Amino acid sequence: MVAACTLALVTAGALVTSNDAALAVPDWPLNWGRLIPPLEGGIRFEFAHRALALLTAVLTIVLALRIQRMRRLAWCAVAAVLAQALLGGALVKLIDPKSLAIAHASLAEICFGLTVAIVAGFASDAQPQPALVARLAVVILFAQAVSGAALRHHAVGIVPHIVGAAIAAGIAMWASLAVLVRHLDEGPLPRPALALLGFTALQIFSGIAAYSVRAAAVHDPQPMPLTIWTTVAHVVLGALTFGSAIWLAMTERPQSRSAGLPVS
Amino acid sequence: MKKIWITAGVACALTLAGCGGSSTAPKSDAGATPAANTAAATPDMENGATITGKVTFDGTPPVMKTLDMSAVPACTAAHKTPAKSEELIVGPDKGVKNAFVWIKSGLPADKTWAVPSTAVTITQEGCMYTPHVLGLMAGQNLDIKNGDPTNHNIHPMPQVNADFNQSQPPGAADIEHVFPREEVLVPVKCNIHPWMRAYIGVVNHPFFAVTGDDGSYTIKGLPPGTYTIEVVHEHWLTQPQDQQITVGAKDSKTQDFTFKG
Repeated sequence: MVAACTLALVTAGALVTSNDAALAVPDWPLNWGRLIPPLEGGIRFEFAHRALALLTAVLTIVLALRIQRMRRLAWCAVAAVLAQALLGGALVKLIDPKSLAIAHASLAEICFGLTVAIVAGFASDAQPQPALVARLAVVILFAQAVSGAALRHHAVGIVPHIVGAAIAAGIAMWASLAVLVRHLDEGPLPRPALALLGFTALQIFSGIAAYSVRAAAVHDPQPMPLTIWTTVAHVVLGALTFGSAIWLAMTERPQSRSAGLPVS
Repeated sequence: MKKIWITAGVACALTLAGCGGSSTAPKSDAGATPAANTAAATPDMENGATITGKVTFDGTPPVMKTLDMSAVPACTAAHKTPAKSEELIVGPDKGVKNAFVWIKSGLPADKTWAVPSTAVTITQEGCMYTPHVLGLMAGQNLDIKNGDPTNHNIHPMPQVNADFNQSQPPGAADIEHVFPREEVLVPVKCNIHPWMRAYIGVVNHPFFAVTGDDGSYTIKGLPPGTYTIEVVHEHWLTQPQDQQITVGAKDSKTQDFTFKG
């Protein structure tokens, strides 16, 4: 539930940026001087984002208090969510400087990744030992998410993101195919590998769609639904791709990396 | 370890709560234009030169898109016919409205110009900014009114001046703001109504104009000299056009500009 809530929060954040509503609520932690602001226009997106952030924070704290295993990871998730809330507040107070906006988007990926890691870690008692390529996939997909955030907030052009996409897609496919080739019919490993492969493919197509739509919409007077939803889909699929890489990395065990041996 | 994290978090929260984010520009700004000054010069309407001209469009002007105000019924209700984007308004004789024309350089460096004590007004009405483009002097008051029955936030996005973002409920008092530094053009938006756009030209002197419906402009009272006159328009923000012009006392000269489609 926490992972799902965090993903919903990432989606809500993407909707805020895509609807150009980032500063529709100019104060923090209150909303237009109250708990619940007038829900009109861009205020709806910003307030929904804040409400989901509060819910996610509460759920993450409850999770950390209740679980017996993976406690350190859970408390890291709590720290990340609280830091994310403070970053969001700083964005409002300092009127959305690019560097903070990029940091906010990047930390969102980390928050989601941590919750995925907790869920994946519950699948087995053994310590995960991901292959080097699986770890590389996690790092490179995170870097690609950061470059996407930098692009969204006009800190960099499109070229670094496209180059990064090619590299990230290659490494993600390598990590997933390396597992699928050996273990397609065995144990739990194929599922995260299939998820990573599938989301990577979807992400490539969604990136092309988002870019094409934005290029055609450059003189639109406001964000239009097609522009908004192709971009939000690309952000969410990016989070899912990153989450799949973490799931794969958390699922690999030493025995699973030996050819032909079943995963315990 | 936990206590350190909690303390750090509380310290950050208290620090942020003390930060005034949605406030007006800082009261003092190094390098900014000083406020109204009795020793400062004013345009010489009797002996000064006049530059007139027209900004035109060469080509077939694009059709401006209809604004989608459906998310806020109060905004839709304010328009009998759906409002259109004001990004590029071209008249029947190809005149370009809302182009900002100003003297970019050539004025005596040691001269300061009197800042008018009257404010320039921008109004939010029908969920649109009126005027769409305006000019004022650095240090001159900008008076921001909310004439709508709905909430707005006024969010200029300057590069040189301080950032500013303030909410303005219906019936709220006018917001007064001053841009202390020259900046052409400052985009303005409302984050509640994403179609709302305005542009403000902030200039250190009074020699600027915004073209009217027919694309024409007039700049009066200019001292004799050689100047760079520039036109900037939001549709071609990265492609302003400059021309050199020399005027003498009481001269009347014409300087036209053409943007290609």
